[in-house]
Amino acid sequence: MIRKLTLTAAAAMLSVAASGAMAAEGGHIHDVDFSFEGPFGTYDQMQLQRGLQVYTEVCAACHGLKFVPIRTLADEGGPALPEDQVRAYAGQMEVFDPELDDFRPRTETDHFPESALSNAPDLSLMAKARAGFHGPLGTGLSQLFNGIGGPEYIVNILTGYTGEEREQAGALFYENTAFPGGWIAMPPPLMDDLVEYADGHPADMHHMAEDVSAFLMWTAEPKMMARKEAGFTAVVFLVILSALLYLTNKRIWAPHKKAAKKALNTPAE
Amino acid sequence: MSGIPHDHYEPKTGAEKWVHSRLPIIGLIYDTIMIPTPKNLNWMWIWGIVLAFCLALQIITGIVLVMHYTPHVDLAFASVEHIMRDVNGGHMLRYLHANGASLFFVAVYLHIFRGLFYGSYKSPREITWIIGMLIYLCMMGTAFMGYVLPWGQMSFWGATVITGLFGAIPWIGEPIQTWLLGGPAVGNPTLNRFFSLHYLLPFVIAALVIVHIWAFHHTGNNNPSGVPVRTTDKDTVKKDTLPFWPYFVIKDLFALAVVLVVFFAIVGFMPNYLGHPDNYIEANPLATPAHIVPEWYFLPFYAILRCFTADVWVVMFANWISFGIIDAKFFGVIAMFGAIIVMALVPWLDTSSVRSGRYRPMFKGFFYVFCVDFVVLTWAGAMPAEGIYPIIALIGSTYWFAYFLVILPLLGIFEKPLPQVATVEQDFIDHYGKVKEPKKGPKPVPTPAE
Repeated sequence: MIRKLTLTAAAAMLSVAASGAMAAEGGHIHDVDFSFEGPFGTYDQMQLQRGLQVYTEVCAACHGLKFVPIRTLADEGGPALPEDQVRAYAGQMEVFDPELDDFRPRTETDHFPESALSNAPDLSLMAKARAGFHGPLGTGLSQLFNGIGGPEYIVNILTGYTGEEREQAGALFYENTAFPGGWIAMPPPLMDDLVEYADGHPADMHHMAEDVSAFLMWTAEPKMMARKEAGFTAVVFLVILSALLYLTNKRIWAPHKKAAKKALNTPAE
Repeated sequence: MSGIPHDHYEPKTGAEKWVHSRLPIIGLIYDTIMIPTPKNLNWMWIWGIVLAFCLALQIITGIVLVMHYTPHVDLAFASVEHIMRDVNGGHMLRYLHANGASLFFVAVYLHIFRGLFYGSYKSPREITWIIGMLIYLCMMGTAFMGYVLPWGQMSFWGATVITGLFGAIPWIGEPIQTWLLGGPAVGNPTLNRFFSLHYLLPFVIAALVIVHIWAFHHTGNNNPSGVPVRTTDKDTVKKDTLPFWPYFVIKDLFALAVVLVVFFAIVGFMPNYLGHPDNYIEANPLATPAHIVPEWYFLPFYAILRCFTADVWVVMFANWISFGIIDAKFFGVIAMFGAIIVMALVPWLDTSSVRSGRYRPMFKGFFYVFCVDFVVLTWAGAMPAEGIYPIIALIGSTYWFAYFLVILPLLGIFEKPLPQVATVEQDFIDHYGKVKEPKKGPKPVPTPAE
């Protein structure tokens, strides 16, 4: 009940704070309400699983997640896939094993592959590396409620194509309203119903973009739920400790403050 | 250890006497903990304990982080991610350590500004002040090198820019820079030596902290009235002071707990708030970030460094008089280090015989402007060096130097200080007698009358 109340309060504050200015260098980033924002926000397990599906079927063709161990897909507070599914998922990807001097299927203790294309950046930390919320007034305090802005950046990139193309030095560039500079080398990766979600969730471009962004926030910050829990516990504990120390402090100083009062009144007599 | 007369430790049991006659360590601890402390210390005197906590926090979390970190250009970034993902509680350790550095600087700035307002640097506490400034310099060095260790983009480019400052020194600059970096550019030797020094300097700080505490325990604490504690005999001392334990220990711990509520809220809910997103991109010597910005606690000095461009007349004059040896870059470096040096020399720049700013009406105004100046410089340092910002930074820098080199020396001559309170005891009595009275006074009046 209390948790729900605090959530409502946080949500109310969020809507206030959401009006704060936010901008990423160059491109325009509009805010998205993700489930994991705010002090009590949590990852949506189903969304992370859908995001993993989008990543696997679309992004992984060029991009990698080299810092993410595959086994963490089974972790609590993440996509939390069953272990056998994780094992099966790992087995679909190959890795070169120097001991065998040959390729072998990955196991869950291996990491995701690196980027397949040299100019496709690794996505492990993209959601944190592209954090860009600085409002209000450049203090960045709205991050507390709106999140850091990195997942929003990814959503905006994925949905920000205008359809314009241009060729430059033999390479194609695509106009993108979110990308700094306006022209990006990545062709539009998403289109409606590109993937088919097992849970029947709509798979239009915006939903896919949000799902994969949520997943990439998880790859960047897999321990977010544990961290918020630890932070919450610490804050509650310290508030109680502060109260107790306040009372202790008041009590031990009381005789001296009383004496001071008495001393001030004595010369007046 | 103390220059203030007070009751010393007397060993009572046989075991205590046995130890005491061989090594008087219990007596040393007892005298330190029971040091007579002015009764009237206000809430700005709590930052010392916060700083001690920060040093301990940084050393403890740091030692554990080192167990999992690899100082190599190819492995450092991945090893930090290993800490964030695989090490038990590693994400909390790293966020505590990274944000702990910020708390350390918040506390040290408040501590320094408290000292500047209440004249804590004045005779007989000049050495305490100088040691404090040395600690502050060591902190800056440690923090800077610590920021390089994760080997992100800001780590690499921050290191490149800051070590480049040494390259601005004429003739000997470039050899010094090469010597610092261990090569022509920031690379593996740089990372290794920064790692080594980042581990060493905190222990140098710890040693300096002991000397810092020793020094002010010998002279006694300053206090908000600036009036010295009467040290004629033990009984008079007792009128002005209370022992550190339990009165100030409990008070400081209460303040620390309140500060830590905010600290843990940041660590738990927005741990990357004070960091830079670019540092989650692995260092790449071939791609320069659009804006290279140092950590927030360096920003005031970064603003001072950048504001002295070649079109500022002082810089042109310095360039002309030195036959071109002092260019804008070198001038900026001199200004940046000079800003800290003038602060370190404040015991001799402030000519006023009155210690506490409380009794200095003109000083107060200039001091508050100085506080604002610090905030403005921090802000200007974070902004790109174009448009109006360099001008704001230049005005701010000018005030910084004017405050120490012109205002403080002259105020001592022109200012007419207010009458000071007679004793620390009287200050305590005045405060706790008067403050409560008006609060209780008007409250009961309206209810019965109507």
